[in-house]
Amino acid sequence: MGVLSKKDAKLISDPLLDNNPITIQVLGICSALAITAELEASIVMSISVLFVLGVGNVVISLMRNIIPSKIRIIVQLVVVATLVIIVDQVLKAYAYELSKTLSVFVGLIITNCIIMGRFEAFALGNGPWRSFLDGIGNAAGYGFILILVGFFRELFGSGTLLGIPVLGDPIEKTGLYAIGYENNGFMLLSPMALIVVGLIIWVQRSRNKALIED
Amino acid sequence: MENRTDKNSYTILFAIGMVVVVGGILAFLASSLRPAIAQNEKIEKQQNILYALGINNNEGSSAVFVDAAVTPNKFESTVTEQLVLTFKNGEIMKTQARQEYVDETGQEPYLIDVKKQQSLQKTTGERKLPLFIGKNPNGKTLYVAPIRGKGLWDAIWGYVALDEEMVVQGVYFDHKGETPGLGANIKQTYFMDDFKGEHLLNDTGVFKGITVAKGNADPKNEDKTDYEVDAIAGATITGDGVTAMIKKDLALYVPYFKTLKK
Repeated sequence: MGVLSKKDAKLISDPLLDNNPITIQVLGICSALAITAELEASIVMSISVLFVLGVGNVVISLMRNIIPSKIRIIVQLVVVATLVIIVDQVLKAYAYELSKTLSVFVGLIITNCIIMGRFEAFALGNGPWRSFLDGIGNAAGYGFILILVGFFRELFGSGTLLGIPVLGDPIEKTGLYAIGYENNGFMLLSPMALIVVGLIIWVQRSRNKALIED
Repeated sequence: MENRTDKNSYTILFAIGMVVVVGGILAFLASSLRPAIAQNEKIEKQQNILYALGINNNEGSSAVFVDAAVTPNKFESTVTEQLVLTFKNGEIMKTQARQEYVDETGQEPYLIDVKKQQSLQKTTGERKLPLFIGKNPNGKTLYVAPIRGKGLWDAIWGYVALDEEMVVQGVYFDHKGETPGLGANIKQTYFMDDFKGEHLLNDTGVFKGITVAKGNADPKNEDKTDYEVDAIAGATITGDGVTAMIKKDLALYVPYFKTLKK
């Protein structure tokens, strides 16, 4: 990456794999369980978090020298909540359809531990540009796992991707269903998200032994 | 050395300042965007009603409304009358036409807040029931009633288009925060289309409602008089909410439909 120094590039690439917020830091699991039954929801959530974490990290970083340490968590919470509500209101006024798709995520974004985690761990101690990169990197790492989980859950749970049937019609018995394949309804329930995340963690750690904790 | 930002006085001042600034921004934003949001919500209600009447831009399995830009005109030309029924103690006391209601309250009947009317019914026993009369694309006259209830997480609501016999001709369901992929699928065409043709009354005119049933013996939904549609796997409570709102809200309209047959 020519634009970014090596150190800055690492801020983005690290959270994608070796320091992934979900599989390594084990943050943001709650929303990963809740909304990954569909690929589309996973993508929308990823983009929302990308925006909120990128901008939020910059705001917190700019304020880092004036935030009283005693109430810093409350300040962080107020910043996230404000950002999310501003986005929600503007979308409601100018992109109503999109805001309806997002409505369910608004609450989930505010409570996403990755956001508070990055504010606390990074933005409070670093400049705005580096905080921005860190936010984008972590949100991308989060989104990557979310989309991966959403892909498998929607494919095996409903036999569709982005709502489009890819395995044939389960009622008319065409495509794969003609030879006896059945959708696994269990994939649509939250516990399977945890199991899929667990499988990803397993694959990741078996490929890179350095990630295994004692 | 104590940091400047560690002082109690600084902390309190910061907190007060933050609340004022954030509160100011949000209040300004909310009041400046309110007209645009209200307009969007109005158009959405019109789109919902048109959808129940079978007027939509559906593509494949996803429900698509008619374009927002043409909605007000389309609504005006399709929905020919909006009645307001005053319901009290199991009876319809009064039936007002749209113009009469607008003259009395200054509000369009389709903007009647169903949630508010439901709580009025609980406290006073009286409530307004809006009913929209329009023609579907085949020219058949249908009656659209709004319904509202509770899903798993939050409110669910919908519009049901009925013919004179109270046979469902089209529905639109929506929700505030049901789980994506599970309860949120009540607004998918495959679920909503299952209601088409379902009977609400039995042969003798007794209101049966429609149950969203698990373990349905009729997954392809060919039997239209079993008062059941197939549930969505993993969305039991949302489905129960749909059953409940249909039974509770639509039953109130039965006296009106009886007058149509006379």
